[in-house]
Amino acid sequence: MRADRALALHLAVIALLFGLQYVLSPYHQGNLARIMVLATYATGYNILFGYTGLLSLGHALFFAAGMYGAGMSMRYLDFPALAAFPAGIIAATLLAAMIGALALRTTGVAFMIVTLMFAQAGYLTLLYFNEYTRGDEGFVIPQADRAIGLIDLSADDTRFIAAWAIFSVGLLIALAIVRSKAGRVLVAIRENEERTRMLGFNPFPYKLGAVTASGAFAGTAGAAYALLFGSVGASFAAIQYSIEPLLFVLLGGAGVVLGPLVGSVLMFYLIDYAREVTTAYLIVVGIALVLLILFARKGILGSLRRRSDGWLP
Amino acid sequence: MTLLSAENLVKDFGGLRAVNVGAFDLPEGEIRAVIGPNGAGKTTFVSLLCGRIAPTSGTIRFEDRDITALPAHDRVALGIAYTFQITSIYPNLSLFENVMLPAQRRAGLDRTNDAADRAMVALERVGLSGRAFERAGAQAYGHQRLLEVAMGLALAPKLLILDEPTQGLAEGEIENFNALIRSVAKESTVMLIEHNMNVVMALADRITVLNFGETLAEGTPAEIRANPDVQTAYLGG
Amino acid sequence: MDLGPQIVLASLDGAVTAAVLALTALGLSLVFGVMRVVNVAHGEFFMLGAMIAWFVASAIGGHPALGFVAALVIAPLLVGGLAASADWLIIKRLDYEPEATIVATIGLLYILQQGALITFGPVAQAVEAPFNHRIEIPWFEGSNVGWGLFTTSYKLFVIGAALTILLGVWLLLSRTKTGLLMRATQLDRETAQAFGIPVEKVYALTFGFGAAIAALAAVLIVPIQQADYLMGGDPLLLSFIVVIIGGLGSLRGTLIAALLIGMSDGIISVFFTPTLAKIIATLVVAMVLVFRPQGLFGAKAQ
Repeated sequence: MRADRALALHLAVIALLFGLQYVLSPYHQGNLARIMVLATYATGYNILFGYTGLLSLGHALFFAAGMYGAGMSMRYLDFPALAAFPAGIIAATLLAAMIGALALRTTGVAFMIVTLMFAQAGYLTLLYFNEYTRGDEGFVIPQADRAIGLIDLSADDTRFIAAWAIFSVGLLIALAIVRSKAGRVLVAIRENEERTRMLGFNPFPYKLGAVTASGAFAGTAGAAYALLFGSVGASFAAIQYSIEPLLFVLLGGAGVVLGPLVGSVLMFYLIDYAREVTTAYLIVVGIALVLLILFARKGILGSLRRRSDGWLP
Repeated sequence: MTLLSAENLVKDFGGLRAVNVGAFDLPEGEIRAVIGPNGAGKTTFVSLLCGRIAPTSGTIRFEDRDITALPAHDRVALGIAYTFQITSIYPNLSLFENVMLPAQRRAGLDRTNDAADRAMVALERVGLSGRAFERAGAQAYGHQRLLEVAMGLALAPKLLILDEPTQGLAEGEIENFNALIRSVAKESTVMLIEHNMNVVMALADRITVLNFGETLAEGTPAEIRANPDVQTAYLGG
Repeated sequence: MDLGPQIVLASLDGAVTAAVLALTALGLSLVFGVMRVVNVAHGEFFMLGAMIAWFVASAIGGHPALGFVAALVIAPLLVGGLAASADWLIIKRLDYEPEATIVATIGLLYILQQGALITFGPVAQAVEAPFNHRIEIPWFEGSNVGWGLFTTSYKLFVIGAALTILLGVWLLLSRTKTGLLMRATQLDRETAQAFGIPVEKVYALTFGFGAAIAALAAVLIVPIQQADYLMGGDPLLLSFIVVIIGGLGSLRGTLIAALLIGMSDGIISVFFTPTLAKIIATLVVAMVLVFRPQGLFGAKAQ
């Protein structure tokens, strides 16, 4: 019963998001498409940070790997969009597995710094190969190429549906992961790693799985961003894009499957609003981070869950 | 038949030799108590056996297999369960979820699909099934100790190592604990580090006495009680 | 120009970089050593030092030396005070918990950087050096003595000033009561507390002091570079590299690593682009943390 109630809630949220396209103005519809792509990124990050308790400061690298994996294969190898999308995901997943295998030799603060340094090295590498990557300025994928068969991914309505489909699949996969046996072990590692080891679980493959899965989500979002919005650039590998999912997850609720979506929506509009007021709009990112870590570590849904008997996964 | 044995087991911390046990044999089906004054190396000794720390030298064998180099989680899979001296549970999870993890591990090893049943049985055995869905961290200290034992039981181990399990239990609770361990001993070998001599004398088939990391004496409770060396060590002669 | 003279010049520039980097990294290392806090906002305190130096210099006007001397005093004081209050308001409330503190200092990074954008604007600002004589460097080529190379007196001054400040910090740490309190707190927080050391005040002081050293380094370098609100990234990255390679919390290791990184940064950029040098350095740092967490120098924090 408990399980069904949670699944019903998530399906209802997915249905609601689908319905919103008929209600929202084109401006907000475009925003929501972008938010759903970013929320996919944050939903994967939540598996690592919220459920496994590993704080990475380098996931922008996997987002960018997905983005460039898709973008470069289209630009230089003439991949069609349908092949470029999985190419991006595979690139990000492999990279996440490799970096995870190295970074997971460390814990805590060292893990944060190692992931940060790897991502920084990746970002600088993108800048170094400026000739091919176009560096911070990036490149645009021609509109004509952003199509699957006759479906034009750059059109407003198809773009919304594509973003919605990607987010929905991601959300359901995340739900399945955290409710699986492996998901239970991830939480156990977060709560007490040594205890979990002494119950016969080798933490390493679980943690590596979490890094890789979250990297795959990041890569999916990055590849989707390239295909749906057409822009590919090194700036998406910068530290700011590693902080973003952390912020979304903290705000919405770490360790709650729907948390990243809630956080993404709120933070996106908060930044959007701040951008109208000041050029220094990123100050809201700083203020939000400090306030959340000081006063509301459970985030919005995390606080709600405590009052709802903990049935929200 | 010998279940677990150790040979020339040495652990040095810096210049300090914490454990130096020449020979240790634990036959299957026994309840073995490990006693000794504070700082005698008891916890270090059992930590070596269950793999939480690596020995400086020596060998450990379990069911005739050399497990000296085997990591702790693989030893658990072979059937060695360990409960911590300092209560180590998942305070934010329910009692059921706490026990569900080892039950899931056992069910995975046995390729069965009855983890939830195993978890409830383990909670029942320690008398906590009525509180299964309460938060573990909110329980009284004694109940948390019992939860630890339940987590060990849910692994259905061949050898259950308990590190000071009765510490902090009330007198009435200790009676129940003794009965619990006797019932566990029907299917598992039990090794317990214990300070409470009443518990030791009531439960142990044999007792190993450690002092300064070395085996001072080994024998039945009656033999140990009569051993002058042990009396000297405890009275600090 | 031939490779030889180019390397001489690069070494000189490298020495300037190393001197300033040593100061900046020392601040980061001190904060980590004493408080076990990784201050991601450290580069922003450096940036604030530079911006304040510009602000003070342009407000005072007159001879550039006047503004420079004023900035040398005002910038570290302001930045140190700001950092100490940030510690008191934020980091203390997190009970100095390492992971939460990193998230908080990331937040602080954005607040300071964007705050500087609001206060000082987006334009890069130059500060005039208090003195800037051209100094010729003799260069021997076969039997001929060439005089084509030169540096400036200000660059030499920066190296000297940084060395003096480093010596001062060392004396402060090893010879004064404040230094003793810091070292005692570093060794064992609980024991220090039990002996009546006001640990929270020592921490606030340390955090402020670490930021003030970074600000001081920025005041020294700003007549050579320019000041803008985005300039904090590089000193942060380089300080991280230095502190990690030198061994987290080890002051001696930090100094050796600063010299190594600063000098090689200058010399490597003769052969490679700075970007490639940075890629190599970040990868080295990541690998050091993965395979040798205590750093390349100094097995233990001291």
